[in-house]
Amino acid sequence: MMTNPAGRVTQGQFSFLPDLSDAEISMQVEYGLNKGYAWSVEYTDDPHPRNTYWEMYGMPMFDLKDAAGVLQEVNACRATFPNCYVRLMAFDSTRGFESIAMSFIVNRPANEPGFGLVRQEVEGRTIRYTVHSYATDKPETQRY
Amino acid sequence: MNAPLETTALRPEDTQITDQKKRYSAGVLKYRQMGYWEPDYVPRDTDTICLFRITPQEGVDPVEAGAAVAGESSTATWTVVWTDRLTACENYRAKCYKVEPVPNRPGEYFAWVAYDIILFEEGSIANMTASLIGNVFSFKPLKAARLEDIRIPVAYIKTFKGPPTGLVVERERLDKFGRPLLGATTKPKLGLSGRNYGRVIYEGLKGGLDFMKDDENINSQPFMHWRDRFLYVMDGVNKAAAATGEVKGSYLNVTAGTMEAIYERAEFAKNLGSVVIMIDLIVGWPCIQSLGEWCRRNDMILHLHRAGHGTYTRQKNHGVSFRVIAKWLRLAGVDHMHTGTAVGKLEGDPLTVQGVYNVCRDSYTHVDLPRGLFFDMDWCDMKKVMPVASGGIHAGQMHQLIDLFGDDVILQFGGGTIGHPAGIQAGAVANRVALEAMVKARNEGRDIKNEGPQILRKAAQFCTPLKQALDTWGEISFNYTSTDTSDYAVTPAVA
Repeated sequence: MMTNPAGRVTQGQFSFLPDLSDAEISMQVEYGLNKGYAWSVEYTDDPHPRNTYWEMYGMPMFDLKDAAGVLQEVNACRATFPNCYVRLMAFDSTRGFESIAMSFIVNRPANEPGFGLVRQEVEGRTIRYTVHSYATDKPETQRY
Repeated sequence: MNAPLETTALRPEDTQITDQKKRYSAGVLKYRQMGYWEPDYVPRDTDTICLFRITPQEGVDPVEAGAAVAGESSTATWTVVWTDRLTACENYRAKCYKVEPVPNRPGEYFAWVAYDIILFEEGSIANMTASLIGNVFSFKPLKAARLEDIRIPVAYIKTFKGPPTGLVVERERLDKFGRPLLGATTKPKLGLSGRNYGRVIYEGLKGGLDFMKDDENINSQPFMHWRDRFLYVMDGVNKAAAATGEVKGSYLNVTAGTMEAIYERAEFAKNLGSVVIMIDLIVGWPCIQSLGEWCRRNDMILHLHRAGHGTYTRQKNHGVSFRVIAKWLRLAGVDHMHTGTAVGKLEGDPLTVQGVYNVCRDSYTHVDLPRGLFFDMDWCDMKKVMPVASGGIHAGQMHQLIDLFGDDVILQFGGGTIGHPAGIQAGAVANRVALEAMVKARNEGRDIKNEGPQILRKAAQFCTPLKQALDTWGEISFNYTSTDTSDYAVTPAVA
């Protein structure tokens, strides 16, 4: 259990709001598709803030123009990895951006243990900080 | 665009003297006779073009005043000098090529002046500003002068590296996409001990903000030594990152009395693992450019607080408009800059402020007279600056802020976070919930500009801190007339 005001990992665009329903997710997907973004589904069992590369649940859906198809992939990923974090990411290929334009979490494990802070005291009063994912104390596939 | 200037027919003595012997005989000539007025001049692609707003003294002809501005910002001195003839002097002369009255502002004129690319050292804002705003603003025949806008050519832009990180890469490093970032300035600005200061950082970040910020005048005063501040702030930052699973930051102000002290502070911030440092505009151009280079070498985001700019940007008849400063800052290499809120406590006409946001984020800036943008300008893929809206804003204005500025902006609610009746974390929650609810509603196709207040009230039903924020500040606004608005004439569309 995490003690921040949201009580959970607060990455992504909408973590402070009640979980989005499938209909609400579809509206966000639609918004991205209208902007020309390509959606991608990713999942992980290590939500460390600097764990950049979550596993890709298939390739980004460059040619998919239908929100229902994207939602189908989300639900397939949720069914396969019910105890993982799943996020939707939208890629914008416009010159000068060429990066992620939207990102929000659409599935979480039932229990989010969060992170510990390890302080290593070094020279003077300087401290080196390590944010430690409690989940990663266990091997992959046994974390949640 | 505007009505052409009605001047009396030009007399022969008012144009450039082409007879070289006459032109260079000792004595005093009019600036326009010396070659600083060239109404037929067509600016080259490599020229820098400045638009000055000038107020000539009584009896001074506006064209002569425009020519004088061109002269005094390039090669001229008050009298003819024969040594001009040792040089290809026509290249070094800036050329005023158009003068028009400013609509609805009697006595003020717009003067367009072109500068050859040979005039400016590559990669030096200091050199460019020493020419363009060096002597000319004290010139006696002018009551007042203002540099309104500038077109910097591609050829010169490419001599600068620009922002060390840029807003796209910043988002990748922070892992935050598709919404404005949230920040707050630690208050009170002065007097907190390092330990008390770090408390505010931790509470704000854990509550849901992405960034906290030192204020412009927090350096290393008797109540809080800079090392103490950095150490306690970074404990708050890291503790909040662990509590939320998000990357967090706090702009550590490294402004100091000497360049050596500034580097020392920047190095310490880096060693403590900060993702961002901060500098004040008053440190000057070479310092900003040097620190930009340092940030490139050290994977650091550079936040610029525009401390002091109001002394020369605010009055529309004299000084330098902030849109020009913003263009120079983007070239000089900062990642964040304060650009105004339009709806908050500090000066800013909404359209003029939007014009500055465009300058920060455009790939290509287009002429947009209502927003004060007089030139097309290609940024040639230079990285984009994240604009910062800070000063007297609160959660109840979220719809207005997102409608005005879009996603690529940092919204900073200092008082609006720390002054929350239920505490700093509650203040942060209120802002984050208001932000996420508004972005979600906009993406769903809602008309947030008009439906904003209802959207916020609905979100407040599941979020008590937001309800408290709206009850406390919901009606607060700062509706004063702006001094810095764009002056332009609407040209009827050609049928």
